[in-house]
Amino acid sequence: MPSSPTVRVSFLFIAIAFGCLLFADMAITATNPWLDLGRFFMGMVTPDFLSIEGLYTAVLRTVAFAFTGVALGSLSGFLLSLVYRFRAVRLFCAFIRAIHELFWALIFLQFFGFHPLTGVLAIAIPYAGIFAKVYSEILDEADPEPRKLLPFGTGIVSAFFFARVPDCWLQLRTYTSYRLECGLRSSAILGFVGLPTMGFYLESAFSQTHYSEAGALLLVFYVLIATIPIWVRPKLLPVYVLSAPFFLGDGMPIVWGNVTRFFTEDIVPSPIRNSEGFGSLMSWFGDLMVHSALPGIWNTLILTQIALVTTGLIALAAFPLISTHFGGPIRRIFGNVFLVVARSTPEYILAYILLQLWGPSMLPAAVALALHNGGIIGHLIGRQSSGIKLRADAPVGLNRYSYELTPRVYRSFLAFLFYRWEIIMRETAILGILGIATLGFYIDSAIQDIRFDRAMILILITAMLNIGIDALSRFIRRKLALQTMPTC
Amino acid sequence: MTALQLYGITASFGGKRVLGPLSLSVEPGERIALVGKSGAGKSTLIRLLYQEALGPVAYVPQELGLVQSLSVFHNVFMGRLNERSSWYNLATLVKPFKRDRDEIEPLLGQLGIGEKQWSPVASLSGGQRQRTAIARGIYSRAPVLLADEPVSALDGPLAHVVMGLLRESFGTSVIALHDVELALRYSDRIVGILDGQVALDEPSERLSETDILPLY
Repeated sequence: MPSSPTVRVSFLFIAIAFGCLLFADMAITATNPWLDLGRFFMGMVTPDFLSIEGLYTAVLRTVAFAFTGVALGSLSGFLLSLVYRFRAVRLFCAFIRAIHELFWALIFLQFFGFHPLTGVLAIAIPYAGIFAKVYSEILDEADPEPRKLLPFGTGIVSAFFFARVPDCWLQLRTYTSYRLECGLRSSAILGFVGLPTMGFYLESAFSQTHYSEAGALLLVFYVLIATIPIWVRPKLLPVYVLSAPFFLGDGMPIVWGNVTRFFTEDIVPSPIRNSEGFGSLMSWFGDLMVHSALPGIWNTLILTQIALVTTGLIALAAFPLISTHFGGPIRRIFGNVFLVVARSTPEYILAYILLQLWGPSMLPAAVALALHNGGIIGHLIGRQSSGIKLRADAPVGLNRYSYELTPRVYRSFLAFLFYRWEIIMRETAILGILGIATLGFYIDSAIQDIRFDRAMILILITAMLNIGIDALSRFIRRKLALQTMPTC
Repeated sequence: MTALQLYGITASFGGKRVLGPLSLSVEPGERIALVGKSGAGKSTLIRLLYQEALGPVAYVPQELGLVQSLSVFHNVFMGRLNERSSWYNLATLVKPFKRDRDEIEPLLGQLGIGEKQWSPVASLSGGQRQRTAIARGIYSRAPVLLADEPVSALDGPLAHVVMGLLRESFGTSVIALHDVELALRYSDRIVGILDGQVALDEPSERLSETDILPLY
């Protein structure tokens, strides 16, 4: 049967996802899932803005951590982008961005404790790796002609800021402000590991089943994200960046003894620390692989593949909701609200909510990942489809969807989906902290047991897995000649 | 001493020879007009002259090489980036100094784009962009000018103003022109290119339009 390479690859991934479903633990274990879901939605429509004492502080801290972390990450990423042509720098950046913000936070928590530095670095470090890559790609796109015409003897600093930066200033700015939105989401979820941002208050509201408080927090968060164009202005940006570090809160003081101990003792594999010899180290490592790493990798891969295909299905089903080629303005308003909510809610928060309501299994995690990522891709290709000009006598309804629009956006749809493959895997690993048996679960358990040596090895394995998937995704995108812009 | 010299050069594009082998030397004080139909190899010759030049040269290529998002002022200022410290140049990006403004403003006025001084180049018309690149060349104070069709987007009177200004500003120049009348009037030596070879090389005063037309 004749078929195009993109269609063959799509079917291959769908088949893999079905295979994974056979092994996946998909169930609703809560006794009253729909009742809880109903109460949660009641909470959303009856938000209680007054009873949360810390609502104002939560918003302030979330914004402060986001601004400080993103600013620091952007500055370091910019400096790294200048030397990005060196292989060692590229590998370093790939490594630091392969470790999720929450994992960085968990690491820093062990030796900085609840000091603001923990939250700032947890955002700044992975963001620096991403900024370095994207900035260097943007800078490479600058028109080379003006550089060739510079008078002989022009210094490299002058050449860079006159003949290179201005040409891509707009892209650099757009990307950085887009990352700020991502930073707000990252900052919010840092609360789930105990930092004073919105996630902290959301978790306590949920654990006490105060759904109206949780609803209020979520609504405030959506408003915060949706109004970014209004309150983040180029002129105000320096004010925000310079004042943000003063609103991070005091936290706890850093005990420097802990820092030394962490690096010289805690993370050294215990057989080496206790000088038990090579044989003992091998059996320590074997035990770690068999009981934590391999089951973690297996579950992470299964959930990632299921979530990837479900993300694609949701994106394809959702994009007509905002496309101007379907329905009237009212349908599009509802479509936009749905997609804004889906993509503004971090997958971690979605998964947390669904887990509370449905009980522990892979199902809430898969649904959360698919809703969030499907919302992002659906929004992007929906907007793209609105730009397509259809002939006046083009078919309508399902024929229009399947013959006119989907084939035209399918390649960029696949490009976005494969771009997000690595992001979905990074998130899948992190969702383990919520109790699903992916790598994050084993990392979190090792930390709970104060076995940081095991946690560090598992974090390294997670990073390698992400780098591997990223390389595979780039290989497939190159084979299929798919191009895309970065999303987060 | 010659100002510019090429000896036995050739240029190929996609395996096909587009220029040469030819030799050309330019003496200080010479004003040369390169003529010939489009595709004859004029642009390639000018680019090779620029690449082989030993001293400072003001170069105005056909594609102009402007930074689209910077203002006209900053694009012109780039002609002397090598003369100032990096700090001075960075400060100029944020807020230009008065003495540079005093120098660049009248130059732009002479070229008729004074009111566009602070507009980004991306918002200009083709002719305004061409004059911005010319202003950058003049501002650089290089003794030699290499220009490729610098007035192709300018109408009659304006083309004469610009050509006159170029003659005032540069002692030595090689300018590719497809307009035969302009070539005769603003040069003292005409070099005609046909199929990548020098087909004509005479002082301008000995030539008339009919001598040049066979090249087209």
